[in-house]
Amino acid sequence: MSNDRNGSSDDPIDRLRREDPQPEAPANPGMKAVGGVAGWLDDRTGAAKPVGYLMKKVFPDHWSFMLGEVAMYSMIICLISGTFLTFWFVPSAGQVVYDGSYLPLRGVTVSEAYRSTVDISFDIRGGLLIRQIHHWAALMFIVALSVHMLRVFFTGAFRKPREINWVIGCILSMLALVEGFAGYSLPDDLLSGTGLRAAEGFMRSVPVLGSYMSYFLFDGAFPGEAIIPRLYSVHVLLLPAILVGLFVAHIGLVFIHKHTQYPGPGKTNDNVVGFPVMPVYAAKAGGFFFIVFGVLALIAALVTINPIWAYGPYDPSPVTAGSQPDWYMGFADGALRLLPGWLEFTAFGFTFSFNVMIGAILLIPVMYGLMAAYPFLERWVTGDDREHHLLDRPRNNPTRTGLGMAALTMYGVLMFAAGNDIMAIKLGLSINDITHILRAAFFVAPPIAFWVTKRICLSLQRRDRDLVLHGRETGRIVRTADGQFFEQHEPLDEYTRWLLVQHDKQEPLQLTAGVDEHGVASPTARKDKLRVALSEFYFKDRIDPVTPAELAAAHHDGHALEAIEEAPHEEASRPALESSHRKPRKRP
Amino acid sequence: MSENGTPHGEVVGTGSNGYGASAVRLDQGHIEGTGGLPERFENPGLPPHVARMADLDEKAAKRAEKQVATLFGLSSLATVGFIIAFFAIDKESSTYIPGIGDASLYNVVIGVLMAVALLGVGVGAVHWAKTLMPDAESVEYRHPQRAKDEDRQRVVSELTAGGDKAQLGRRPLIKYSLLGALALPPITLVVPLVAGLGPVPKDALSKTIWKKGDRLVRDPERTPIRADQVTIGSVFHVLPESIKDSEHVLEDKAKAAVLLMRLNPEDIKPKKERDWGHEGIVAYSKICTHVGCPVGLYEQQTHHLLCPCHQSTFDVTQDCKVIFGPAKRPLPQLKITVDSEGYLVADSAFREAVGPSFWERGSA
Repeated sequence: MSNDRNGSSDDPIDRLRREDPQPEAPANPGMKAVGGVAGWLDDRTGAAKPVGYLMKKVFPDHWSFMLGEVAMYSMIICLISGTFLTFWFVPSAGQVVYDGSYLPLRGVTVSEAYRSTVDISFDIRGGLLIRQIHHWAALMFIVALSVHMLRVFFTGAFRKPREINWVIGCILSMLALVEGFAGYSLPDDLLSGTGLRAAEGFMRSVPVLGSYMSYFLFDGAFPGEAIIPRLYSVHVLLLPAILVGLFVAHIGLVFIHKHTQYPGPGKTNDNVVGFPVMPVYAAKAGGFFFIVFGVLALIAALVTINPIWAYGPYDPSPVTAGSQPDWYMGFADGALRLLPGWLEFTAFGFTFSFNVMIGAILLIPVMYGLMAAYPFLERWVTGDDREHHLLDRPRNNPTRTGLGMAALTMYGVLMFAAGNDIMAIKLGLSINDITHILRAAFFVAPPIAFWVTKRICLSLQRRDRDLVLHGRETGRIVRTADGQFFEQHEPLDEYTRWLLVQHDKQEPLQLTAGVDEHGVASPTARKDKLRVALSEFYFKDRIDPVTPAELAAAHHDGHALEAIEEAPHEEASRPALESSHRKPRKRP
Repeated sequence: MSENGTPHGEVVGTGSNGYGASAVRLDQGHIEGTGGLPERFENPGLPPHVARMADLDEKAAKRAEKQVATLFGLSSLATVGFIIAFFAIDKESSTYIPGIGDASLYNVVIGVLMAVALLGVGVGAVHWAKTLMPDAESVEYRHPQRAKDEDRQRVVSELTAGGDKAQLGRRPLIKYSLLGALALPPITLVVPLVAGLGPVPKDALSKTIWKKGDRLVRDPERTPIRADQVTIGSVFHVLPESIKDSEHVLEDKAKAAVLLMRLNPEDIKPKKERDWGHEGIVAYSKICTHVGCPVGLYEQQTHHLLCPCHQSTFDVTQDCKVIFGPAKRPLPQLKITVDSEGYLVADSAFREAVGPSFWERGSA
């Protein structure tokens, strides 16, 4: 290389460029090819540095990290299959007479949207397959992102510095529900039309603005001809753009934060242990996209979804029994079934329809609002301001796990309620009884779920302690020389043990004084008290990880005693609330 | 770590005078105070790497290679099969598939082949990664998320300096007029959007096309109904005859749909319901007062109407009062009578708004 430079320096033109770095000679033909195309690109973009960084980036390995991947791929598959569908779907409520190849519908007056959807299903080659892939992928998208969200919640992955990404995820999840609803309303069949009919009823329940919202959205009286094209624009343009934008931000933050990892030997809060993108994750994640796509294709090949030709076109007068929305809207539908009619009343000549509004208008924003607020609430209650990159094992945070299960139970009750008619028919029960029981369960079941979950977590933590302190039962009974029998326990190896003892000891916040040094009550005393009470609730039944001293004591004693005696637990060692350290403010 | 390599049983075995008699005191150990034990366990570091079959045995690696190649090959074959099936199979042929029933042969075959084509690539790539690609973990270090203090400081000072250079602080007139100029222009987009979306409802939600003298006709046949055709226990889905002149059939239908039932007049409890009917024939709005689904299910024996969407239940013997479910208000009754030819006709329009509640419902 240096020879080249010297050799060419005789040329007066080249002399001008003497300081330019000379390109390295390619080491082998492969490098040359890469250098050719990639080099051309890099000359113009300088992309080699970030790309090189990305290829070396390490991702930790765990099956539960694939849940978000499934959601991502399902979304991409929705975009691909949806684009296909737009080539044939006609977003119009204009009335036409069906004359396609599906005989039972011949001669029926239907909307253009309905006719084109039936045409996609019966007359476009491969259309039914793509339509079913699209619908199944949409369901899979929301299943996967919901379970991904549960994983993030129960492992505490939303903690600092990832709160923003949790909030973005909440918005993504909520918009995905709307996107799904808009999508399945488009074919203008009897089932989806009934869904829109109900949605119109929901809107009307909004105080003051209700009937205006309905008339503006439907461009007049329901159903009108505007809703299909408007939903179409929302479904294929507006929401996908927002979803993709937020998704890019979501994944971008994952890169910036680096992925969280489960605790284990060698894993710390300061490192990421895993495999590099090139080649392992390129193959695994790339391959996984095809697996998700393949599984969806298989489902779409074998299982019918949304057979709109069987439902018939929308008509406001008929209806079918067992009308249910897609699964992700089930909880809201269930809430509407459980809310009692007496929540509607008239006052001052105006109608307040809380029986509808609570379930149809308020439920989803309130639910997602609470979800988005949780990281900030938890941080306030625990006073924990550290960065967390190591995940919690759900058992090691019994209160959070319990709260999550309580919320999930509430959601489950609503979900079951959406199937109260189906349950009544299939199980031969009274629909009234089922509804009454579910109404009670909505309030009773979550506290029970909280308590049971918390007890299970605490038991699991005790089990972990027991394993660390006393090892595994080997099943070998040994008789000592003086006639005693005991079972030999095998201590855990240090790698296995580490998982069980790695977590932090938790302490509730403590209020050292509600008054400042002059004996004046602190202005935040009441807030501090609440904070301390919540912190106590959060941590009160904690079980601490085994310490080396405890293990030594257990080895010495071999039985129940787990502590080496020491000075009594010092209250002063608890972390105190910052506000109690605050210096009294000088009065001006 | 003092406890390493001390088998538990051994320790226990040495205690000859029973266990648990007394605890060890830390100050009785070799080191005063802590006994020389750390506060917490230490992270033992990555466990030793366990080699895979393919790492140790070239034969196993060869086998893995063949498996991956087979999967990739299968994928290509399936794609070829897909193309053939796509054109060769009649898309209207159906076939019986065990466990599924009658299915579209075309959809099943091209779908399964597409799935194999995709799964072949995917499973092959993952298998390749798991068997042959390096499986020793790499470690990358994290850095605190926050930027360095001087970087944060620089942003603040650049911003302040920028503001100063633009004379933002010195020229309040610009500052405040800028706020308005940035905040208000979006209104020029929002106003046309909202105003253009749709008409104002006025009293449209409170009215239907029913009017006095409008014949009740069957839905969807649109044939008039004579009172003597309505036998006890029967139910008719009904529309107003004037629907034939409607320019907005679906919109008018969505409000005007009615259910017609005949009960034994003694079963009808409220006098008003009997008076508004004709010899036990009563007509009620079919649009649920909850969120507007058609109340389509009539239980002949109990005279209950059930809405299939959210299970509101109305009792026809009690003026369609809500006896169960989330609806609050009874279904509005349509006052009917018979005309000179014996056909059922509306005796008046609906006296109240039909369908779901809305804010100004009571004031209309």
